[in-house]
Amino acid sequence: MPEKIIEVKNLSKHFGKIKAVEDVSFDVYKGDVFGFLGPNGAGKSTTIRVMLSLITPTSGEISLFGKSLNANRSFILSKIGCIVEKPDFYHYLSAQKNLEIFARISGSHVSRIRIHEMIEFVGLKGREKDKVGSFSHGMKQRLGIAQALLHDPELIILDEPTTGLDPKGIIDIRNLILQLKNERNKTIVLSSHILSEIELIANRMVILNKGKSVAQGSVTELLNEQELVVSFQVDQPEKALQLIFQKFPGITCILSGIDILQITATHELIPDINRLFLANDVNVFRIDPKRQLEEYFLKLIGN
Amino acid sequence: MFWKSTYNEFIKIAAKPRSYIGLGAITLLVAVILFAMRMDGQSYLSFITGSFEQTLSFQGSVLNGNLMAFIVLQLLIIHIPLLVALVTGDLVSGEAASGSIRMLCTKPISRTQLLMSKFAAGSAYTLIITVWFGVMALGFGKLLFGTGDLMVLNSQGLFILQSSDVIWRFFSGLSVAYLALVTIATLSITLSCFTDNSIGPIVATMAIIVLFTIIGTLDVSVFDPIRPFLFTTHMAAWRSFFEDPLPVPAIIRSVVVLVAHIMILLSIALYKFNRKDILS
Repeated sequence: MPEKIIEVKNLSKHFGKIKAVEDVSFDVYKGDVFGFLGPNGAGKSTTIRVMLSLITPTSGEISLFGKSLNANRSFILSKIGCIVEKPDFYHYLSAQKNLEIFARISGSHVSRIRIHEMIEFVGLKGREKDKVGSFSHGMKQRLGIAQALLHDPELIILDEPTTGLDPKGIIDIRNLILQLKNERNKTIVLSSHILSEIELIANRMVILNKGKSVAQGSVTELLNEQELVVSFQVDQPEKALQLIFQKFPGITCILSGIDILQITATHELIPDINRLFLANDVNVFRIDPKRQLEEYFLKLIGN
Repeated sequence: MFWKSTYNEFIKIAAKPRSYIGLGAITLLVAVILFAMRMDGQSYLSFITGSFEQTLSFQGSVLNGNLMAFIVLQLLIIHIPLLVALVTGDLVSGEAASGSIRMLCTKPISRTQLLMSKFAAGSAYTLIITVWFGVMALGFGKLLFGTGDLMVLNSQGLFILQSSDVIWRFFSGLSVAYLALVTIATLSITLSCFTDNSIGPIVATMAIIVLFTIIGTLDVSVFDPIRPFLFTTHMAAWRSFFEDPLPVPAIIRSVVVLVAHIMILLSIALYKFNRKDILS
């Protein structure tokens, strides 16, 4: 079992009568890309803020790196790099000056060379002397990632890192996260309400809804428990439909459009169905799985 | 970590345009007063000394740099708190409003150290304002009007302080004035911990100063018990250094009241800031 980096037990946070987070527990292991998934207002940001000691919990225990957050705040925060919601910098200072400010209180010695390396890593070379006030949202987001990585932290917490970005910005940030995971072996906690983001990046996740944890575990396992809806584009849809009913009588199959079959089946059956079509001279032009997580998520949150 | 954070805070203050409003305003106001005195100082002096002119004759340069500095201090010291609060009232709430407080509070520095570094930087800024005020009033006053004995008129009568006996009084007076301004800075930082709005603490600080000043000057016996404990009562303590003999117990009392205010306000600020949920 890999080392446990985050251990959250029975965490609750109430704001007056509002229960923002209620009895949430989860673990994050070394090397995980851990997804925090939930609709807006599910309690993702509140949980992250509690983990970063921005908010005091109403009850529950939080340990990071095997130590209690309450008693070891400075030690723990020195090993974390984060962006909470959106990175808000000092607009009247340059990107480099901003990074210098955060580097000074990062708990580690951060050289100027390191600051320049990070500026280059996030693709802001040439803009470091410009005031942050002149930066686009995407550039601020990149600078936020540079700020989070300055002191080479073991754990990176990114709260909604792609919010407000254009498609290219989203892909860039996603690639940056994968690079951090694959090349730098970082443990990453990623919160998002964008399902595809978690599905593509995370290996483990917790799903929050109305402040409560409704599912957690390995992304693959959670999704494989579910039946998939897969669209097959074929040249003989009627024949394909007959073949399915004969060979797999238990599964649901409907004709959608002129040449598309929508089949609800388990993950393991998909290649068998494809083989069946090919063996009976039914040409398959396209196999399109419907977003798995989307289905799963909607089922969980009861929508 | 504290010193690094204090350095950060000072860089931020130095980079904000509003920090220069105070220095600019002092320069402009002192220049206006000195210009006016240069043009028509004699009639201003006659207005003040009118009641003594039949019994006393003034010889030498009464309208000198020391008198100018004293007049400038008297006229402007009540306006400087606004210039201080303009910067210090923004130190916590401004960051809360812009969201940067979130980034600061996720760094491995305790909130106590963070707030104390803001207090230290705010106090340093207040020192710069005070020194600049002193340099402008005394330095430029002497440059334009020369030096001479200082004539001080107060409720007890007219004092003439010798030129050689004046400089230390200005330095001591400005030191106590600095302490009063640090009290204002601490008040605005404390108020700044209670809100995420950057203008609120500045306005609230000025409102409290006005309220306490009214209570302090209103000749109503119901306020007698609290009057000695209001910091505004002691904001003019700098003037005590221009009395002869020096009212040492009154000066010590003022210093104690101002320091006590700073300590109490800082404690409230630390209590609040350490328990504040960062929701912005």
